[in-house]
Amino acid sequence: MNQYIVLRVVSKLMIPVIMIFALYVQFHGEYSPGGGFQAGIVFTAAFIVYTLLYGLEAAQKAISPAVAHALAAIGVLLFIAFGYASMLLGGNFLEYKVLLPNDQAGETFGIIGIELGVGITVAAVALTLFYSFAGRERR
Amino acid sequence: MIDIVLLTFLVVVGVAIVRVRNLLAVTMLTGIYSLLVAILFVLLDAVDVALTEAAVGAGLLVILMLATIALTTRKEKVHAARQNAVAFVVVSVTGAALIYATLDMPPFGDPEAPAHVHLSPRFTQDSPEEIGIPNMVTSVLASYRGIDTLGEAVVIFAAAVGVLLVLGTGTVRRRRRSEDDGEEAREQP
Repeated sequence: MNQYIVLRVVSKLMIPVIMIFALYVQFHGEYSPGGGFQAGIVFTAAFIVYTLLYGLEAAQKAISPAVAHALAAIGVLLFIAFGYASMLLGGNFLEYKVLLPNDQAGETFGIIGIELGVGITVAAVALTLFYSFAGRERR
Repeated sequence: MIDIVLLTFLVVVGVAIVRVRNLLAVTMLTGIYSLLVAILFVLLDAVDVALTEAAVGAGLLVILMLATIALTTRKEKVHAARQNAVAFVVVSVTGAALIYATLDMPPFGDPEAPAHVHLSPRFTQDSPEEIGIPNMVTSVLASYRGIDTLGEAVVIFAAAVGVLLVLGTGTVRRRRRSEDDGEEAREQP
């Protein structure tokens, strides 16, 4: 990789920006287009660019496949946890307004929480798929 | 006008995808197809969907297909084309039935359409007060239809589990495994 100085410099400029944009899409989803699903894919796209330039081994040192698998499950569990949390507080499954004293605040809190769960799951799943495809050797 | 240009491009790209035999070129064309569809979604004011289509269709999907091509072959094998009359009839009848079914749908943008007389007003008028956030797509997706979204998240998770079972984890190993043990030797790191 060391010989492609243009690619190296441009990627170092672009990858952090793409990741920040992913976080923006994630946490600004209530005000602008976007949400967990899009953010997860964009985040993984940045990671794939890194992998294409520096190799699978370097990428798996940053986020190992085992971590990606765990995160995929954690995202779904976070979503379900918000559902059960609202049940425990006396509402229906995924009825967020009971989470906080103020109805609106509760709904917003619940939406941000489940969007985070979706984002984590989608990013981890996309990464897992990419690892599975890219890590296979040609036979 | 721009709709017609974009739809024409879509048809051209679609035909090209079917005709071209070089799979690398087909992969690029699929990405272009997704971008065109994303532009159409923007023109229809469905920005959330457009963002998804651009990220998944033009980004992730192309990468996964490229990875697959790297593992298999770049050229599509041409089978001796055998005309099958039954298949042609089945496809034609199904297509005609689908087109006939669209005649029952309300015209595009009809304000009297069932979806626009009680569902849309309910969401557009009440959701800012009930949920307290301006993006109604997010309110519907995450709150009114929360269980649907949970289902989607679980489906995505299941997809990953399926791919892991079929393809393995893809962990890069320092030490090359011996060549003859083939499929296994891909246990968790």
